Amino acid sequence: MHGLAPTGGTSLAVEGISVAYPNGHLALRDASFSLEPGTICGLVGINGSGKSTLFKAIMGLVRPARGQVRIGGQPVQAALKRNLVAYVPQAEEVDWSFPVGVRDVVMMGRYGHMNILRIPRAADHKAVDAALDRVGMSNLAERQIGELSGGQRKRVFLARALAQGGQLLLLDEPFTGVDVTTEEAIIDLLKALRLEGKIILVSTHNLGSVPTFCDQVVLVNRTVLAAGPTERIFTGENLLRAFGGALRQHSLPEAPRAHGPLEAGHVVVLSDDERPLVMAPDGRVLGRLTQDL
Amino acid sequence: MSELLIPFEYDYMLRAMGISALVGAVAGLLSCYVVLKGWSLMGDALSHAIVPGVVLAWLGGIPFAVGAFASGLLAALAMAGLRGRTPIREDAVIGVVFTGFFGLGLFLLSLFPSNVRLQTIIFGNVLGIADADIIQMAIIAGVVALVLAIRGRDLMLSLFDPVQLVAAGGSPGRMRVLLLMLLAATAVAGLQAVGAVLVIGMLVTPGATAYLLADRFGRMAAIATVIGTTTGLAGAYASYFLDGSTGGSIVALQAAIFVVVLVFAPKHGIRATRRATAAAVAEGAA
Repeated sequence: MHGLAPTGGTSLAVEGISVAYPNGHLALRDASFSLEPGTICGLVGINGSGKSTLFKAIMGLVRPARGQVRIGGQPVQAALKRNLVAYVPQAEEVDWSFPVGVRDVVMMGRYGHMNILRIPRAADHKAVDAALDRVGMSNLAERQIGELSGGQRKRVFLARALAQGGQLLLLDEPFTGVDVTTEEAIIDLLKALRLEGKIILVSTHNLGSVPTFCDQVVLVNRTVLAAGPTERIFTGENLLRAFGGALRQHSLPEAPRAHGPLEAGHVVVLSDDERPLVMAPDGRVLGRLTQDL
Repeated sequence: MSELLIPFEYDYMLRAMGISALVGAVAGLLSCYVVLKGWSLMGDALSHAIVPGVVLAWLGGIPFAVGAFASGLLAALAMAGLRGRTPIREDAVIGVVFTGFFGLGLFLLSLFPSNVRLQTIIFGNVLGIADADIIQMAIIAGVVALVLAIRGRDLMLSLFDPVQLVAAGGSPGRMRVLLLMLLAATAVAGLQAVGAVLVIGMLVTPGATAYLLADRFGRMAAIATVIGTTTGLAGAYASYFLDGSTGGSIVALQAAIFVVVLVFAPKHGIRATRRATAAAVAEGAA
């Protein structure tokens, strides 16, 4: 594809990538999946499963030893030069005492659109204002980022991704340390972005919320175990394969163990996080628990 | 009163105050990046590692800045090369490399005990500085300031969020090298003003002070630059009366300002944080 892609025209293809670190650790082996424009995809797996390595490969931060990542049919570096990839970091990765304000952070999303001196023009200010408005942070634009609550902090970086106008959004654990109201607001925003034809890739532990907003799921454990539509891929059997013993499993009510990965005849609650997932005996997702067991 | 104006009547004093203020300004501006990157130790290492290069440059008859810069970069390369290739922690690698370079520099210096110009590089002697050296320092300071004017925003982004710099099509690795080179260059410029031992003070203290006073990078940079400029000028001025080391008075002045700010800064000072804690507890009890 040459020239500017039409809005919503950018696809993502991860083609058989293997990533090894200098210490000899093979983080990913032969991982493949692809996403079409207008998709919210959950990237699900335990810590150390290679989720973050997959993110790094898509951002061009690590170079796969084998395979390739194509964004809109182009290599990653070309896509980055065109500002196609936006990224929302995990809260723990940000230095909240850094001397920057909310507006400064959102303006960072525009750097790739500016000249080498990075002096914002009218269009940049406009994009920043619109992004702040869209996440409901306009009234807090002059705050230093450390003065914000957990949910507000998350929204600043979402606004930065919006201001950048990328076609592919990578969100690393966006629901950690966020209250339910903010989580729902973020999910509404992601759904609106999906309608605009963007691809949103969300790495998450939060199994319970995956079926509520992801139309695709990629299960990762040192490779891509399974990828595809949520209702086909996000099953109890697959989740047990992805998580192994790391998942807490509660059966309601107590019953003798039957054949198969899940306990037969009963509703099963799978949880890796504060928001447990409730599944029917056949592995169908029923919903999520809003209260602790 | 007229006695206080005496330093301004001497050409050498005017030059000393001017160049100290210029180097102070540039080092102050750069110190913001050093502090936010957490590279104080790295700056200390680089400023010591340039000493052997100065001696070798003098022996080879080339400008001292060239030798010093090459020596600093060689040390930085050695540190970068060793990191990750040995199980030794980074601080130990830095410690070994910079004391090794500094020790070699001191040894080389001791071979030429009568060379006054070489002796001053350890403690600086801005009052007796040669015109050629002033020109070298001014050029270096100008280049560093120009580079920061052009690439400063990317450099700041690489400190705050390197992945976002990648998303904007930039390279954090290149910014790391750039900061290293700016650090080495500024250390070279500060060499004759305050000496190799104290130049790290100018490369850390103004930034650390400004960090306590500002919640925005632009303001932090402005405050650090003003502190660097005024202390450079005032330190050189004061050394005329105190008949003492210029470098010592500049860095001691900066440290004094830091202590005052540390205690009294309106938001991040010790008193203010204590008051905020007490207020929060009182509010919780009410």
